[in-house]
Parts: sequence; structure tokens; C-alpha cells
Amino acid sequence: MLIQKPADIAPSEITPEGVYFNRRQFMLGSAGLLLSGETLAALAGKKSPLSSADKPNSLKEITTYNNYYEFGTDKSEPALYAGSLKTRPWNVVVDGEVGKARSFGIEELLKQPLEERIYRLRCVEGWSMVIPWIGFPLASLLKQVAPTSRAKYVAFETLQRPAEMPGQRSRVLDWPYREGLRMDEAMHPLTILAVGLYNDVLPNQNGAPIRLVVPWKYGFKSIKSIVRIHLQEQMPATSWNMANAHEYGFYSNVNPEVDHPRWSQASERRIGEFLKRKTLPFNGYGDQVASLYRGMDLRRNF
Amino acid sequence: MTTLRMKNPAASRQPTRFNWLKIAVFLLALLPLARAAWIVLSGMAVNPVEFITRSTGTWTLSFLLITLAISPLRQLSGWSWPLRLRRMLGLYAFFYGSLHLTTYMWLDQFFDWGGMLHDIAKRPFITVGFAAMLLMTPLAITSTQGWMRRLKRNWGRLHRLVYPVAMLGVLHYWWLVKKDLTQPLLYGTALVFLLGWRLYRRWRQP
Repeated sequence: MLIQKPADIAPSEITPEGVYFNRRQFMLGSAGLLLSGETLAALAGKKSPLSSADKPNSLKEITTYNNYYEFGTDKSEPALYAGSLKTRPWNVVVDGEVGKARSFGIEELLKQPLEERIYRLRCVEGWSMVIPWIGFPLASLLKQVAPTSRAKYVAFETLQRPAEMPGQRSRVLDWPYREGLRMDEAMHPLTILAVGLYNDVLPNQNGAPIRLVVPWKYGFKSIKSIVRIHLQEQMPATSWNMANAHEYGFYSNVNPEVDHPRWSQASERRIGEFLKRKTLPFNGYGDQVASLYRGMDLRRNF
Repeated sequence: MTTLRMKNPAASRQPTRFNWLKIAVFLLALLPLARAAWIVLSGMAVNPVEFITRSTGTWTLSFLLITLAISPLRQLSGWSWPLRLRRMLGLYAFFYGSLHLTTYMWLDQFFDWGGMLHDIAKRPFITVGFAAMLLMTPLAITSTQGWMRRLKRNWGRLHRLVYPVAMLGVLHYWWLVKKDLTQPLLYGTALVFLLGWRLYRRWRQP
């Protein structure tokens, strides 16, 4: 008589998919209630084929290890001091080389069709994370203001409010924080404006209430707490480039071949992992974005 | 020497007091390590390797500066007891420096010798940090009574290496930070005062 050995039980047969996918929402809900004492509006985002399959970092890792110099230069400081930032009322002015310049209230921005985008984030300092952002393509916002043919670049500006952003009282950077993208980079489907993460609104230390996320560039390109988006013909000045042009270029695409003058960019430490990983060109998004830079010397245009 | 004295209760009074001081300082100097271990093991550090690297690095610099503060403290206060702690404090600088270097070699580079040689040759902040550790090594080795006797006057000459070691250490920190120079400036200022005091005394008493 043939005795059949039972097949191994797959984890998916034990935990219902719905419970599995919502486990973080449950955790986040309780954490949010504990931390804020108020009800935060949960955000839902449609799943996206552009999301990475990598395992996201924990909410604690994502919200306690931040580079946000407006709240201090130590990575633990934003979580401690960003609570003072008032994110309502909030408006984002979109103007410059556009047909229909206007201001968007945060309530309106939160009503855009939202998607969940699980992206890798590679910091120029040599560490990386995986973050489940909630947001919408920057392109869909830019289309609403009808860019003119002279719109070659997009300039972004962070809020400047030293009373609520203690880091701005020191001259560590030339405030307000500024960033920029070329028009084709800004219109790329991977480029999003994030308004949340882990199915909830953005915590202040992560750039509330609205921030840029450009996953194939070093993290500092993804400017936080945006109040102005200006379309223009000239390449905009950007904060880290202004601070040290020798070390931080306008493009700042993740590139393992081009070292930072003071350290190697060939590998990275994924937060939560012991061994280092090899850094991938364009942070692993080369298939989607390498064509934007065809013919460009990326060693010179670092 | 200490053990001999311990056997003679009549003579043990004075030395015992100093032993207590030494034991206390010995344990105090281990606190930064205990704190770092606690923070890492309890999971409080999101990037533990970065945290260990920074913590051991800044404590190396701190112990170097504390060691360099001993002579000025004695000269300004007239106390002689701080001198008895100097060797131990210097050895602690070497101890934390060794942990710092080990963290880099093991947890950052995973003993990729080619990569490390490349770093030392190409990255000035690593070059000077490595040079500082290299120069500190003979000081740790020759810190014993035996070596003091054997080297005679040269011992003092050799141990003047602590000045370039401290300067290279501060430079290492200075060149490493991305933008905010506050911390390296603090260490740098302290070093300028400690070395400046020595120059001032030399100039005043030819």
C-alpha cells in the first residue's frame, strides 16, 4: 500500500491573504493611536505593478532613521523634533512655464487617485531601505497646469519656517531646501509625489504632508514638505550641489561605478541586514530609466 | 608592585586609595562600551554598524583628549594623582580605536583586503585614520614599565607621537562628515587648547 507523504504546507495556506496584506495596517493603526492620541486618516492606495517585490522595512526603521536637516543633522533628530511642524493649512504653488499656474490645497492633493508604490530608497551615504509609499505620479499633477514648451526643468522648494523647523536656525544648508529634475525625469511614471506610507498619512519626519520620491536617484533628490513647484527653462540650483558641487551633482543617479569622492558607492547596507549588498545602477530601475540618459557621460554628469 | 604592597597592611593605606581610584576609572571607561552594547542588543539602533562605528570613533577621540588633558590638569592644579591614570586612559584610547578599526575591517569591509587598501590609498579620511591607529600601536606596546626602562630617554620622545595621533584623529573626523562640522569642531577646539597650553609653557619657560 502506498502511503503518501503530505506535501509541505505553504505559508499562504495558513494565513489568509487578506490578513497577511493588512497586518501592517493593524500595527500602524495601533501605533498611530498610541503616538498621536488622535485619529489619523488612513490612506488606501491601489497596488501598482511598479512596486518592488523586496520586503519593506519596518515602520519603526522608516520613521526613526531620517535625513531631514530641517529638524537636525543626526538621523534620530527628525523623529524627535518634527512633531512641531504644522502641516495644515498647506498649499503647493505650481507656477512658472505653465499655462494654468495655480495653488493646490493639501485636501485636493489627497484626493488624487492614490497608489501604493513600494520603492527602494538608496541614500548617498551608503545605506538603503524599502518603503511602501502612498502617492500619485508627479506627471498627473504637472498635466493639470499645462506646461509650456519652454518648461525644461522642474524646481522644488521645501517649506521655510524656522519657528517650526529648528534645523533652519543654523546655517548648515542654504534654506529653503531646493531640488530639481529635468522635465522628462519629472514626467516619468516612477516619479511620484508621496502623501503617505504604510497606508497612512506621511509622518512629519518623512516629509509631511507631501514629498517627492524619485527611486533611481540618491535619497536627497526626493525633497520633503514641498510648498512650491516651479517649471522653468534653466537648470535649477539644488541644495546639496550648492553646498558642495564637487560631491553632489544635479543628476545624482544611483551609480555603483561613480564613487562619492570620500566613499565607495559600489555597495550599500540595507537597513536590517548584516551583510552589504551590491548597489545596482539606477538603484535597480535601469530597465525603466536608463534610456533617459542615453548618450550622456554619467561620470561627468554625476 | 601593587600586589607586594597589598601584602603589607601597614604600607597599604595610600596605595589602596589610589587603587580604588584606578578601579573606578577603569570601570567608568568601560561605560561607553556597555552603553553601546545595550543600545545595539536592545535593538534601539536602526543602523547598528554605523552606530558602533561612530560611537567607538568618538570615544577614541575623547580618550585621546582626556589623556592629553592630564598634564595641563596637573600643572594648573598642582595635583599629582591624575598622572597615575594617564597610562590607563591612553590605553583606553587605543582600546576604543582598535574596536573602531575592527568594526571597519569586519562589519563594513568584511575583510576585503583589496577594498581596504584601495580605501587607505584613495580616501584621505581613511588614510589619516589608519595612520593614527598605526602610530598609536607602538605607544600601546611600549606602555609597560619594562619598555619605559629599556627605552630610557627615548621613551618620552617616542610617546610624543600622541600629538600627531590626536591631530590625525581630529582630521579623520573633520574630513568624514558630510556637512555639519559641529562635532569635529568641538574636538578640534579642545585639541587646540590642549596643544596650545603646551606651546605656551614651552615659550614661557625656555
